[in-house]
This record gives sequence, structure tokens and C-alpha cells, in this order.
Amino acid sequence: MVEGGTRSRLVRHALICGLLAAIVFPVYIAFVTSTHEASTMLQGVIPLLPGPDLVPTYARVLATGIPTFGDLPVATMMLNSLVMALGIAIGKIVISLLSAYAIVFFRFPLRMLWFWMIFATLMLPVEVRIVPTFQVVSDLGLLNSFGGLIVPLLASATATFLFRQFFLTIPDELIEAARVDGAGPIRFLVDVILPLSRTNIAALFVIMFAYGWNQYLWPLIVTTDPQMTTMLIGIQRALSGSDELTPWNLVMAMSLLALLPPLAVVLGMQRWFVKGLVDAEK
Amino acid sequence: MATRSLFRGRALPLALVAPQIAITLVFFVWPAAQALKQSMLIEDAFGFGSEFVWFENFESVLTDPGYHNAIAVTALFSIGVMLVSLSLGLLLAALVDGITSRRVGAIYRAISVAPYAIAPAVAGALWFFIFNPTVGIVTHWLGLVGIDWNHVRNGDQALLLVILAAAWKQIAYNFVFFLAGLQSIPRSLIEAAAIDGAGPGRRFVSIVLPLLSPTAFFLMVVNLTYAFFDTFPVIHAVTQGGPGNATETLVYKVFRDGFIGLDLGRSAAQSVILMVVVAAMTVVQFRWVERKVHY
Repeated sequence: MVEGGTRSRLVRHALICGLLAAIVFPVYIAFVTSTHEASTMLQGVIPLLPGPDLVPTYARVLATGIPTFGDLPVATMMLNSLVMALGIAIGKIVISLLSAYAIVFFRFPLRMLWFWMIFATLMLPVEVRIVPTFQVVSDLGLLNSFGGLIVPLLASATATFLFRQFFLTIPDELIEAARVDGAGPIRFLVDVILPLSRTNIAALFVIMFAYGWNQYLWPLIVTTDPQMTTMLIGIQRALSGSDELTPWNLVMAMSLLALLPPLAVVLGMQRWFVKGLVDAEK
Repeated sequence: MATRSLFRGRALPLALVAPQIAITLVFFVWPAAQALKQSMLIEDAFGFGSEFVWFENFESVLTDPGYHNAIAVTALFSIGVMLVSLSLGLLLAALVDGITSRRVGAIYRAISVAPYAIAPAVAGALWFFIFNPTVGIVTHWLGLVGIDWNHVRNGDQALLLVILAAAWKQIAYNFVFFLAGLQSIPRSLIEAAAIDGAGPGRRFVSIVLPLLSPTAFFLMVVNLTYAFFDTFPVIHAVTQGGPGNATETLVYKVFRDGFIGLDLGRSAAQSVILMVVVAAMTVVQFRWVERKVHY
């Protein structure tokens, strides 16, 4: 701002803090609730300050889960979500990078057809073709498996686009140099392209990890075996009980555990994340 | 389309695109074709037989009052989410952009970006809790000022709640883009306006907003797409489309009719309608992105 008066600065900070407090409020209340006993809530008191039960609540949730549905340890759900998120993030990056590499650096039959076919996946989000996609996965015998959770979500037009755009900016001199040195396609990919793509890979990883961890509809219909329950499905099942019987402290502890991993990845890699978000939309 | 064809050969590039193409064919193209086929069949839920009926399913979907309700709910919900998350994202970005202290600015930015990582389902759970009719803290406060909050019985309140939960998560995304847009506005422009005597409000309206309009338009499309297709978890975790069908959006209805109602023909017809909608939105987004390049 051009005006730098102390008063206007204070007003600005106050406004920001007010807005951010409102944004953080639901998370704060969830945290406070997870540090009290369930009985506190049932006495009609809603605490605003953290209580003494932080460690026991989380230890209990992780080890034995929530009694209302089958006592599946939350640690198991975390692990399921983690496998799904890593599988989706890494898988998407690998197959997108390979197909973008082929499309940019080779001339081969039907090149553009393949490219547009990948593009078309943008128009078919899983939400709009739930039933037929479920039938395909079920016919392939992939229900209740990590394969069924991960593979159908791997095609990524966004990631393929991003890599393609990036490959097109690689200077001709570099390609010429590689050609003169007699590097073959695989060699060129490993020694030149991969090191150059490091930031793009990091940026995509952040976005795709959050995407994978936060998948909901797909795990909801593909996994019926309790052992395959992911974090978010666990929370949904815990919420669907009646209000009086819901152990809110445990459910809120679960919600916080569910938002920690993607949050850690996004904040820990914030610089790449912002770059990736802005680049992916160009 | 630029090409750099550095290498010759056929087998290798085909092998490189094969995984992505195989997944696309098996899990995207094939199900989409199935949806088309099923949308023209009426079959009983037990799979004993089906009859080819052309566009009868589409006709019965489009004339169904329940579908009209879902269209209205989706429109209200999407516009609500878009307005709330765009305005708050812009406000926050405009405020944070003026912070001169590097360290404080970094803290504000980190907190503003954080909700992006939160799953829609978790956002739903948190908001469901603070507005819970029996134990919610906001419900309690609203009660103190004489507002009876019970989204389990009151359809309007249920819709408001899912709008808030869905918009809350999206503020972060809009913040990132608005901040990037604000930071690309040349300082000299702002300073020149200040010398001409324009106050902060006037500068924002006359200079900043017009320069941000491409970003804002792009975000409108993205937010609409988000509200349409990515908010299923919020609705499923918080209201299950209820009370009645007050929060049943188009996407939720596809799920409800297909998986709970087992009405495959009509669910598939709705899928096909939605695919056409996504395709139109994608085209708009890309046409506009093409324009953005010349901007």
C-alpha cells in the first residue's frame, strides 16, 4: 500500500486476523473437543479451551478406533489412505510424464489421437459415471483391493498437459547437444529430462497427494471390507450414528488426523504447491 | 501443435503412452460408452432383462419434478459457493498483498493456503459439528440470539450449511490465484494513481479490479466446476441430500438413483447429461485460457 499510516496498518492486520480466526475456527473447535472426555459434551457444555485428555484420546483412537463401528484402529485407516494417496500421486506422475515425453519427442502413428483421448478424460470425472465405472471394476474383480482404489484414478490430463508444456520449453540447444552426444531416447529421458523436471514433479506431487488422500466417493463404493476402510470413509460412518451416541471427542480427533498428512505436505512444500497450482491452470 | 520429434521409432513411444491410454480406455471411455448404452435401456434391477427404449429415460428424467428440484438446488448451491469463496478469497488476498513485513506476510499466507489440503468430507464433518443441533457451539450461540438452528429439519438451513462448508475449503484456492494476480500488477500504476490523489478504495475499483478480471473470470469457471462435481462428499457426509431432497444436487442424485434406488437407466441418462455439462464447461475454460494468453 502507498499509505503507510500506523492506523491503517493496524486496521489491516486486525481485519486479516479476524478473517483467519473465522477460517481456523472449525479446526480449533475440533481440536478442543478432541482434548476433552466424551461426557463433557453430553452435559451440554461446549468447552472453548483445550482439556487434559489430548494424549489418551489420540492414543485410543489410533489403537482401537471408535466403538460405534467395529473398532477398526484408526492407524489401519491412516495406512490405507496413505497407500491410496501415494499410489495415486506417484502413479499419475509416472504415467503422465512418460506419455508427455512420447508425445513431445517422438513422431509416431496417431500421436494426436492419443493426446486428445487423454484430454477427453477431463470431461469425464468419476462423479458423473459412477455406476458404469463401478461395474467395470467389479467385472475385473478389483473391488476391495488397492488396485481397484488406485488404478481407475490414474489417468491425468492435467499432469500430462503440464509436462507437455514444460517439455516444449526445453531449449533446442540442449536437444541438439544430446543428439550430438549420441544419447538415445531412454538415456535422454533419464539424464536430461528427469533432472530438469524436478520442480514440476514436486509441485504435482503436492497436488496429487492431496487429491488422492481426499478421495471419497470412489473408496465409498469400491471398498466394503472394513479392513480396507480409508480415513474419510471411517469419519463418514462415525458421523452417521445418532447425535447422542456419537463420541464427538473421538470423531473430531479422527477428523484432525485425517487432515494432518495432506496439510503437512501442502505447507511443507508450499512454494512448489503454489507454483504447481498456477502452472497447472495455464 | 509444436513438435520436436527428436527420436524415430514406433514401438518405444507407443509403449510409453500405453499405460495412460489403457487406463483411459478401460476406466473412462468404456464406462462412458456403457453409460450411453444404459441410458437408452430400461432394465430391471436384478438384471433379468432389458429393453431398448431410445430417449425414454431422458424424457422421464427431464420431466421429473425431482430432477427439476436437483437443478434448482445445484444452481443455488453453486452460486452460493462461488460468491462466498470468491469474495472472501479476494478480500483476504487484497489484505495480505498490502502486508509489507515479509515474515508476517508468510505466516498469513500459510494459514490462508492451509484449508486447500482439507478434504471436502472433513470440512463437512467439522461444520456439521459446530452447527450440530444438539451439541454444536454455533447452534448454541444462535440460540442465545433467538435463532433456532436445526438443519436436520430445516431444508434452507441444511443448504446454507453445505454451502458454507464447501466454500470454506475453496477460499484457499481463490486466495492463491488472486494473490498471484495482485502481485503481477505493476506497483508504478498504483503509485501513479496515488499521486493523482486516488484513495485506496478508488484505486482498487478503478485499477486493481479491471486488471484482475481475467483471473476472476477464470476462477468463476473453476469454482463452478468445483461446486458441481467435487462437493459430493460434503453433501454425503453432512446431509445425505436431505432433509427431504433439499440438498440433493445433480451429482448426488446420480449416486442416489444408481446405487440406492438401483434405477440404472435413469441414473445413466443423468450421467450422460452431466458429461455434456462438463464438456461444455471444459470447452469454456479452454477457450478462455486461449484468450488469456493474448491478454
